[in-house]
Order: sequence, then C-alpha cells, then structure tokens
Amino acid sequence: MRRMRSPLAIATVLLPVAVAALFWALVAGDLPVAVDDVVAALAGGDGLSATVIRELRLPRAIAAFACGGLLATAGALMQVLLRNPLADPYILGISGGAAVAALGAITLGAATFWVDASAFVGALTAMVVVFGLAHGDGSWTQTRLLLTGVIVAAGCGAAVSLMLALAPDTRVMSMLFWMMGDASAAARPWPAVVVLVLALVVVMPFARDLNVLARGELTARALGVRVGHLRIALYVLASLLTATSVTLVGSVGFVGLIVPHLVRLVLGNDQRVLIPAAALAGGTLLTLADTAARTVMAPQQLPVGVLTALIGVPVFLFLLSRSKA
Amino acid sequence: MNAARRALPVDDAPLLEAERLALQVGERWLCCEFSLSLSAGECLVLLGPNGAGKTTLLHTLAGLREPSVGQVRIGGLPYAAWPALEAACFRGLLAQQQPDPFAAGVLETVLVGRHPHLGRWGWEGAEDVAIARRALAEVGLAGFEQRDVQTLSGGERQRVAIATLLTQAPRLFLLDEPLNHLDLHHQIAALDLFQRLVREDGAGRGSVLVLHDINLAARYADHIILLDGRGGVIAGDRDTVLRADLLSQAFGHPLRRIEHAGRAVFLPD
Repeated sequence: MRRMRSPLAIATVLLPVAVAALFWALVAGDLPVAVDDVVAALAGGDGLSATVIRELRLPRAIAAFACGGLLATAGALMQVLLRNPLADPYILGISGGAAVAALGAITLGAATFWVDASAFVGALTAMVVVFGLAHGDGSWTQTRLLLTGVIVAAGCGAAVSLMLALAPDTRVMSMLFWMMGDASAAARPWPAVVVLVLALVVVMPFARDLNVLARGELTARALGVRVGHLRIALYVLASLLTATSVTLVGSVGFVGLIVPHLVRLVLGNDQRVLIPAAALAGGTLLTLADTAARTVMAPQQLPVGVLTALIGVPVFLFLLSRSKA
Repeated sequence: MNAARRALPVDDAPLLEAERLALQVGERWLCCEFSLSLSAGECLVLLGPNGAGKTTLLHTLAGLREPSVGQVRIGGLPYAAWPALEAACFRGLLAQQQPDPFAAGVLETVLVGRHPHLGRWGWEGAEDVAIARRALAEVGLAGFEQRDVQTLSGGERQRVAIATLLTQAPRLFLLDEPLNHLDLHHQIAALDLFQRLVREDGAGRGSVLVLHDINLAARYADHIILLDGRGGVIAGDRDTVLRADLLSQAFGHPLRRIEHAGRAVFLPD
C-alpha cells in the first residue's frame, strides 16, 4: 500500500485542478466567452460578457466551490468525531433541521433571504437539540451522539414529508428545488468562503490531535489529547460548516461522504493532509458538477446532486479497485 | 521544549504513588482504601476476577479517571499538576482494545505514539521514524511497516499497539492485559521485553500490568495488588500476596501451590 503522502501533492495537483475547475465555470455557458474576456471581467472590464461573468457565473462558481469545500471538510471532521466511515455532514440532523425551517418559511411565502435565514437557524437549532439530548448525563459517547442525531434527522424527514404533502402545488416546486440543492440563486457566496477559510485556520493546528483521536478516545487521552474539549469543538465546527453550506445551496448530497474517502484512498488518513485536500477536492467536485449541471442539457438545469454522484461514483470506484491491487 | 518539562518530575520521587486510594463505580466500591508506591526498576501486577475493577484501577493510576477517595501521583506530583502532554511523555497506557475504524499503515499507526513529543506544528522527522522502526523490530514486526492495520491478525495488531507504546517512550508503562491475542511465545517475549526495559540501569522505568495468568504474574511481578471483586484489596510483595488461600478466595476456585525448579506454580484443582 504505497501512498504519496507529501503535502506537496495538495499544492502541485489539487490546487491547479481547483483553479482550472473555477476557470471552466467562468468560461462555460450559453454565452460564449474567450479566455481574454474572463481576464478582462475579473480585472473589472465592461460589456455583456464581463457582466455575465462577474454577476452570474462568478458568484455561482464561488458558491459551488465554497459549499463543496465546506461539506467535504465537515464530512472529514464528522468521520473522525464519530469514528465511523459512514458518517457524513447530514447524519446528525443538521440538514434536517435546516430543511424543516426552510420549508416552513417557504410555506409561509417568505422571501429568499428569510428562507436562507430560517435554514441557518433551523440547522443551529438541530445542532443544539442533538447535543443537548446526546450530552444527557454528561457522558456522551459517539454511539449515543450518532443515535440521537439519526433519530432527530428521521423526525425532521417526517416533518418535511408532511409539509410537502400539505403544501399547495405552487409551493411544492420551490420546496423540491431547495431540497435538491441549487447554486443558481446563491447571491452572497463570500461569507461561506470566509467560514471555510476560518475553519481551516482553526482546525489545522489540531490536525495531529485528530489523528490521535481517530485511534480511540482512551488512547488519545493517554497521549495527552484533551478529548472532551476537542470533541465539542469538532461537533460545533462541523455543524457550523454544514449549516453554512445548507443555507447557501440547500442539501447537496454525496460530496460530504465521498470526498473524504476519495482523498483518503489516495493520500492516506493523516488529517494534516486529508482536511485541506478534502476542502480543495470537494470544492473542485462541486464546481465541476454545478457547471455541468447548467451546461450539459442547457437551457434545462439538472439537480447538482445528480451530477456530483455521476462524476464521483466512477472516480471513487476506480480508486477503490486500484487500492486493493 | 518548555520550562515545565525541566521542572517535572520531582527528583528521586517514586514513579507512581497512590495514597489512601478508593474507587467507587455507581453504588459499588471496587476497592477500599489502600496505598502503593512504585519505584524505578519495579513491576507491579494487578490480579483479580472479571469485573473486579482492574481496568478501572489502571485508568485511575493513568490519571484518566478521578479517584473517589485519595490521590494518585506520578513523579511526585498529582496529575492535576501535570500538563497533559508532559504527563504523556512520563506515563503511557496500553489500552485493552485497539479500535481501527479507518485503514492505516502500521508505521503510521506506531508513529502516533510520538504525538506528545512533537510541538503543535511539528511533523514526525527521521528520528521519530527511526524510533518507530526500532519499536516494530522489538516486537518482531520489522518489515510490516507498510501493511494496513486492518489486515493484521489479532496478535499482530496487539504487537502494533505495544510498539506504539514503546514509540511513546514513557518511563511508566501501564499495560491493560498486554497478552491479549498473543500466542505463548509472544506472551513471554512481550513480558521479557518490558522486564528488560524496566530493569535497565539508569533508565528509571517501571511497569504496572493487568494480567490474568497467575503463573506469569508470579514470574514477573515484584509487587501484586489482588482485587477480590467484593471491595477487598490485598497489596504487597509478590510472595506475601501469592498464597493459595488468598488466590482461591479471590478467584472463587480452589488453587494448589506447587514448587517446581525453585518457582511457585499455581494449579486449579
């Protein structure tokens, strides 16, 4: 099992690929633009193509990239926190809470801003409720946290189904769109970028502690890791990342589960490499998927979650079969 | 690395002391008040039936659990006075179970033991890798460096855990059933290895082992703590504790003491 584990791999492979994906997102679309136009638009030029690039394609590309990075990072953190390879950012009910609140806002006919705000509040409420219930007598094990989260998520799922069943037809379409995930309406992507960068700055000094925590709580404590504080910080951080992403583009599936595993297959499970690599790879995957979603069958837009799976599944299966050899 | 390390531990203090220690879990008292002191070069074995509280006592001695009564000190100072990372350089724990939820290389797993020795931004260097490789060689796993821990047998996985502890390089070894999954040859090899490390002149090391095999305890222990599972504690030198009547009572099964080639052997009736 030979793995290239150098942090250089991130800089030399993933970074250029990420930049290329973002560039493609700016070039591709109904309105053909040349490379010069993109450079001119980013430099602040005028004209139709510059406006399309700056006002439409750039915010959408940044939103997709930031959310991909947020979800992949949150997934990697959740997998360490729960020490469970099947954990993903939505497993503890964060997206469920956001969906209940967002669909509630849509039912009431709220404007986009208030739908987003409700989603964020709903996600944070789910986070507090799950933590409060799982914490119980103070001895929260990851099994208890996992069970509590899964049950809360199931309850939210039932509430969502109920709202869909009772909603008038005119609202159901926008509800479904919200739930499938959609970057087209993401008008304010920059806060998500700030959250992603801040999260990486906060988590990287503790990345080796996460390596130790992945070997079991008892061993980690004996090796001097302050497990109690670390687990609470991990839970809050992963939840905030997920809440930010869900608020911006809805619940895009698959990225948060598969990207950490994809990176792990190639680079190994050293969190110092895995976390930044997952952030870059997740951003790249979602940017590619979103660009494909709006161009492959244009003018029809496809759900981005379908494209992430269509791109990610073959790549994942290829890497998995290769790693066994 | 910082000023605290030079101040710790207190010179000439015993490696491990427990003063009027008593443990309670829920309503049940696992052991009544007792005291112990372990000096460099000594080996202490914890014996007792299933559920008697050996692991709980070991975790308390490792500072991972607050004692219900009394105090535990390592290097002359209570755990509260030790920064967690400094304590991890002084005492190391071999846990009873080694969870491996993710695939990981053997060398990578063993290198986790270097964690307390590295700074916040430190990466394992050539010296750390050399320490880890030596530890793997000590447990007979040289050549296993690139194997995935999830593909190892139970005994090999246990030896990886022992190598991780050696890589941590503490002065006080706290071993919870170190012989789990090991065949007879590797059981003796592991106990010989820790005995050699503890007896090494000037190294200042000591060990506390949870064992199930009374005869191996008789062979390697200097001191023994026998928990009877009803809150009773018998602590003392090996020969004062290892008596057929005390052991029979604690384990609830009659045992016979036999002298063979100058060694005491205990056989169940």
